[in-house]
Amino acid sequence: MRAKRLLNRIGLWFAVLMIVSPAVLFFVWMLSLSLKYEVDNAAYPPILIPENFAWANYAAVLESNRFGTYFLNSVLVTGSATLLGLLVGVPAGYGMARMKATKSAVVVLIARMTPGLSYLIPLFLLFQWLGLMGTLLPQIIIHLVITVPIIIWIMIGYFETTPLELEEAAVIDGASRWQVFRHVALPIAKPGITVAFILAVIFSWNNFVFGIVLAGRETRTLPVAVYNMISFEQLSWGPLAAGALLVTLPVLLLTVLAQRQIVAGLTAGAVKGG
Amino acid sequence: MTPSLALEKPAAAAPPASRRRAGGSLWPFVLPALIVVASVIVFPWGFTIWMSLNEWQIGGGSSFVGLANYGRLLTDLRFHDALWHTLYFTALAVILPVVLGLFSAIVFHQNFKARGFLRALFVMPMMATPVAIALVWAMMFHPQLGVLNYLLSLVGIPPQLWVFHPSTVIPSLVLVETWQWTPLVMLIVLGGLAAIPTEPYESALIDGASGWQMFWHITLPLVLPFVMVAAIIRSIDAIKSFDIIYAITQGGPGTASETVNLYLYSVAFAYYDIGYGSAIAVVFFLMVIGLAVLLLWLKKRVQWTEVGIGA
Repeated sequence: MRAKRLLNRIGLWFAVLMIVSPAVLFFVWMLSLSLKYEVDNAAYPPILIPENFAWANYAAVLESNRFGTYFLNSVLVTGSATLLGLLVGVPAGYGMARMKATKSAVVVLIARMTPGLSYLIPLFLLFQWLGLMGTLLPQIIIHLVITVPIIIWIMIGYFETTPLELEEAAVIDGASRWQVFRHVALPIAKPGITVAFILAVIFSWNNFVFGIVLAGRETRTLPVAVYNMISFEQLSWGPLAAGALLVTLPVLLLTVLAQRQIVAGLTAGAVKGG
Repeated sequence: MTPSLALEKPAAAAPPASRRRAGGSLWPFVLPALIVVASVIVFPWGFTIWMSLNEWQIGGGSSFVGLANYGRLLTDLRFHDALWHTLYFTALAVILPVVLGLFSAIVFHQNFKARGFLRALFVMPMMATPVAIALVWAMMFHPQLGVLNYLLSLVGIPPQLWVFHPSTVIPSLVLVETWQWTPLVMLIVLGGLAAIPTEPYESALIDGASGWQMFWHITLPLVLPFVMVAAIIRSIDAIKSFDIIYAITQGGPGTASETVNLYLYSVAFAYYDIGYGSAIAVVFFLMVIGLAVLLLWLKKRVQWTEVGIGA
């Protein structure tokens, strides 16, 4: 019996190892690629840990390619789209949950199903007519397509679970709808807002397709910029891997730090926009 | 509002029936979002349909041509190829993550050390920036310098061309997609496993059921609706997959991995044929909705048969 339990334990750890290793090994290899000079990256058999670390790869990315500009672009686009998304999405989630308007939530669901490219053609033309191309505004606006549905979806789910008694008591006390929302519902909903915020930031940050169409040379976000490195760097692997790692590093850090919130948000059924 | 101020009012004023009405309408809360949704989501839908009825080139003029763009789809062989690629890619990119995700969920449902941390590591691929991931996969797929062929050589498998050969390009891309999205299936199914009550297991244990029997007759039927939900979400995402394919192959070699979404991108933003591109967008949108409806219907049926068996 004891031996059997031990065997089960070993089997379980073997399974865990099998499941987790593709993810871990990939990021380890990504790190390795980014820290090797061309000689080491072209070596056969491949080298995992080089004798000399090529920190120059990171220096090259950070100095050239206007990394700072593109980083700022990413922060502005994701930041604005997320804050605007929260501004309209949190009250909407509250309203829909309290009206029990789950049917109107279907619109949100369809928005999530719609292929991102089908928004792009008409909005691309619209932005051209309005003369907005060349600014960050088109990208901020179109990133709302990602952030607003995620936020509304999570907030509906969250407000449905918060207790009504407190709000009813406040209404009896003569509070207006807005006061109830602002002083009773909103403070309770903080954990939900955090989840919505984190997921909106991640999916907006990661978005690529909106950028390749709407971004010009000055308005690229990081995912677009790193993709364009392919031609600039003549497929030199070290700097390319370093660039890729830098682009995704903020998101990876957020994932590890806020994994509990992320897991909660994703299992609530709100997944990937755009 | 301060609580003390509110307390001064007589509390008995509001009868229960009007309680929900009291305090004013909820519409102002929803209105801003409604305006945003209307302008960036509903307006594009309508406008896309209108454009699809026109011959429309960026830089050129536009003229109404009725359903001609849709007629063109019927004879466009590249579109037909793209349909097949999409079907092939989507089928594989749903089945593999669902099977592996179910297995991973069962593993993560057990108790072991550092489970939360390991789960976070496991979830990382789906949160990482797809383009960044794709660039590294492209390096790993490299036939001469890539690490994947080296790993294969360790177990005695001859080197592959991966994304550089028409017959292996889609399975190779599915490999990336599976690596990336298995965690999502795992999370959804894990949520389902957590919701299963313990009573059925207890009585099964008393009846002397084996672990495998309990899995087959209790766990699997109860978790099946969650597996279906995961499959639906996975299908919708897989059929729309863009970043990975575009960044690794751009639809190549030739057009061997060009899915409908990539073809749509080329038509609209490489050839600037907005009218035809819009027609593809409309058809593609209908495909996605059709798929979702089909799977939701299937899900309902699955639950029905469950009820049937239970009765």
